[in-house]
Amino acid sequence: MSDPADLTIVEAAAALRSEDLTAVELLAAVRRRAAMTEANIHAYLTIDVEGAEASARAADDAFAGGEDRGPLQGIPIALKDNMVTRGLETTASSQILAGWHPPYDATVVTRLRDAGAVIVGKTNLDEFAMGSSTENSAYGTSRNPWDPERVPGGSSGGSAAAVAVGSALAALGSDTGGSVRQPASLCGVVGMKPTYGLVSRYGLIAFASSLDQIGPITRSVADALAVLQGISGHDPEDATSYRGELPDFGSQIDRGVEGLKIGVVSELSGEGTEPAVAAEFRTMLQRLEGAGAEIKELSLPSTAYALSAYYLIAPAECSANLARFDGVRFGLRLDGGTVEEMMGATRAAGFGPEVIRRILLGTYALSAGYYDAFYGQAQKVRTLVIDDFKQAYEQADVLVTPTSPTTAFKVGERTDDPLAMYLSDLCTIPSNLSGDPGISVPTGVDDAGLPIGFQVLAPALAEPLMFRVAQAVEDLAGFDARPTLASSEGAA
Amino acid sequence: MTWEVVIGIETHVELRTESKMFCGCPVGFGAEPNTAVCPVCLGLPGALPVPNEKAIEWTMRLGLALDCDVTQQSLFHRKNYFYADMPKNYQISQFDFPLCVGGHLDVTTSDGDRRIGITRVHLEEDTGKSTHLGEGGRIGSSGGALVDFNRAGIPLMEVVSEPDIRTPEEARVYAQELRAVVLALGVSDARLEEGSMRFDANISLRSEGATELGVKVEVKNMNSLRSLQRALSHEIERQTKILDEGGAIAQETRHWDEEAGRTEAGRSKEEASDYRYFSEPDLVPLVVTDEVVAGLRSELPELPAQTGARFEAAGVDSIAARVLVGGSLGSLFDEAVVAGAAAPEVAKWLTGEVTAHLNREGADPPALSLDGAALAELIAMVEAGDLSSTAAKQVLEGVLTGEGQPRQVAEARDLIQIRDEEALAEAVAAVVAAHPEEMGRIADGDGKLIGFLVGQVMKATGGKADPRRVSELIRESS
Repeated sequence: MSDPADLTIVEAAAALRSEDLTAVELLAAVRRRAAMTEANIHAYLTIDVEGAEASARAADDAFAGGEDRGPLQGIPIALKDNMVTRGLETTASSQILAGWHPPYDATVVTRLRDAGAVIVGKTNLDEFAMGSSTENSAYGTSRNPWDPERVPGGSSGGSAAAVAVGSALAALGSDTGGSVRQPASLCGVVGMKPTYGLVSRYGLIAFASSLDQIGPITRSVADALAVLQGISGHDPEDATSYRGELPDFGSQIDRGVEGLKIGVVSELSGEGTEPAVAAEFRTMLQRLEGAGAEIKELSLPSTAYALSAYYLIAPAECSANLARFDGVRFGLRLDGGTVEEMMGATRAAGFGPEVIRRILLGTYALSAGYYDAFYGQAQKVRTLVIDDFKQAYEQADVLVTPTSPTTAFKVGERTDDPLAMYLSDLCTIPSNLSGDPGISVPTGVDDAGLPIGFQVLAPALAEPLMFRVAQAVEDLAGFDARPTLASSEGAA
Repeated sequence: MTWEVVIGIETHVELRTESKMFCGCPVGFGAEPNTAVCPVCLGLPGALPVPNEKAIEWTMRLGLALDCDVTQQSLFHRKNYFYADMPKNYQISQFDFPLCVGGHLDVTTSDGDRRIGITRVHLEEDTGKSTHLGEGGRIGSSGGALVDFNRAGIPLMEVVSEPDIRTPEEARVYAQELRAVVLALGVSDARLEEGSMRFDANISLRSEGATELGVKVEVKNMNSLRSLQRALSHEIERQTKILDEGGAIAQETRHWDEEAGRTEAGRSKEEASDYRYFSEPDLVPLVVTDEVVAGLRSELPELPAQTGARFEAAGVDSIAARVLVGGSLGSLFDEAVVAGAAAPEVAKWLTGEVTAHLNREGADPPALSLDGAALAELIAMVEAGDLSSTAAKQVLEGVLTGEGQPRQVAEARDLIQIRDEEALAEAVAAVVAAHPEEMGRIADGDGKLIGFLVGQVMKATGGKADPRRVSELIRESS
């Protein structure tokens, strides 16, 4: 058998049940891989040695006792470090939370534990999920397993890198403007953002509440489905959690694309897209057409303003969400003569420059006299984006775009140019504004051997359709390249 | 120049729900600091609010009781400002789509009846409580500050009146009537001293006949109805003096100092606040159907105004009726009447001796060891001639201090009047025999001496004789 660290969830689940593999052995393989790669990749901020071992042993005991809680039992999964874990340090990659041990578990953590999953540790991110490269982490940049000179994308860069390199079989990320899909694309793995409200946000350290959604990062579409099934569903602790009956997410996964209308968003696959990315995208369109899908070019005119609207709405919400980090009740506290001075000093020292930039932007956008021109206008654009999507879905069953206009860029390349960095999320942001689901599937590599992702977007709650097309894309691409670092030789 | 006074009142009422506004922590008073807290009301990273449906329902009840319209789709907003006792550094409140709008409350003062408009009734969450250590009361002073978050997240209703109030007395009566409505609905214990009901007043003066409002001052920190009235009277004097001297009123927040009897300017930073309201993305819009509103309306209890009208119809004068309602004595009144006592008599006792007792003790009616049946028994004993009115007051005092039911107390204190004619006649005969001279003068027409002899009989009987009957017997003997 190959190294268990390279298995998909589906493969590992079968091996665990055929008794070819134990959860303890699987965890050990993943931990060996982490030991070999962490010095180069830095995917993790915290590895929970004892907790993970206890969970793995419990999973094996459950198997031995005939207890089977489903496909995640015994599977090593990593968590982005903006999801709170009881007693396990949670920082959101910020100095302001250094040393904070939460007194409670996020709902997704509880659900993973209940499903028998083994939580390996907490992965690196851009501070408070603000960024597209993990370069905004207060604890160092994660590296792309395909080329450690390059970023893994972000903000869930640590999660994507861990799954790509084999230091976890799957990971959870959070996606506010593409933060699951973009790093998945840059690291050659699958990343999925569910419909807003399908996965509880309780215990996710909020960046922009109306946009944040937790999603899986995995090595296959089927694995993404398995993780989503494990973490989704109504949560009474989250008032924005979806209350209706859940669709059967995997009900159409094997049906192929024959007869489906696939819309190509012209605004999101043209200008600014790297030639190799554009070529790879067109190749996949041809294959989908060859498999019986009808390809239609569509326009989403409001997407021209989506990025601007996003960079008003998300900072506005973050300016309030991050107000609680004040040194009074938890985390970092600096001295000050008055409470106001203490808060000011703590926040100035605890937040990094990108976080401060967004808090200032958001505070300004909500200020008296500016609200209508900025935040109010952005909300109107958001409504237009939602309407555009609605109209588009009257003409096509799903929409497709490249996930990211470029492949992984070099560390430091965009740090001095926030606008260039913001453009990384051009294709992913609109579906955060609309609340619809999206998934990135790796389909190939560019000339430098860097992975390229293909994005499938679907209407709200149309995950079954989205998985169906994503599975077809995965099958048609036959993408089986692995990063050089994802092997024992690569660790040297 | 004559100045017209314009007052609007913002009232905060802590709801006595079982749990807090956005989490399951208990709502209570007097628990150890920071024991009724959880990740949500502490504003820990990742925690999310879930609205308390009971609090929403109760707010709509108050709105309906004040004749407001319930907003079909209302929104929660974030009100952003930094304060050490506010866990998230924003308060979840309501802004342009409050739960209830456009009602009124009728008040009666020495100037007559007036209708005060209610702009809105909305729902928000309370903050924690800071205790400042060290000198000067500043949070940042060397002693530091301690924060108790038990109160953080308790549901808080805000009732905003229109600037319709014209006198300090009217302000007090408005506050009193609003409190009575809140108590009648049973949604809060509405204790002013403990801060579960708090009044802030906006007050401005304008020249008589002007239509534009003057510069308003917000007055805070009034912990009783009396201090509300006093603070506003003081503020009118202060503003009048400034305006009469040609000065200008500063728009500011002033704090009432009960001991000094004056308002003092607060810190000016509060005035510069820009709360950057935006709709709370962690919550969905509150949609209220007509059916829900109709259901709540049909379940409203009798409201103070209706109760007062009913008491008046039963023969209670209007002032007494208002005291009964305002003092939460209505149910005691109803019980006593049901037990057979005459309404005016019950009202007399409740608004007289019982209210005096409550005021002396600083107690609330529910704490009384007097029930309606006992009051009815006391009244019946007086009517039957078993108790003199003086003795009845002593019996009531005994009942109120927990000595037992009226007859028990009367017997234990030996206050039952002698109704045995023979015994009474003997006592009278003894006094008559001992005072032949006085009897002679009475026979000559000196009626004033009858009182003296009655007094002698009362003394001899230890106050238990019926003075009217004694008087009759003495006349018969002369």
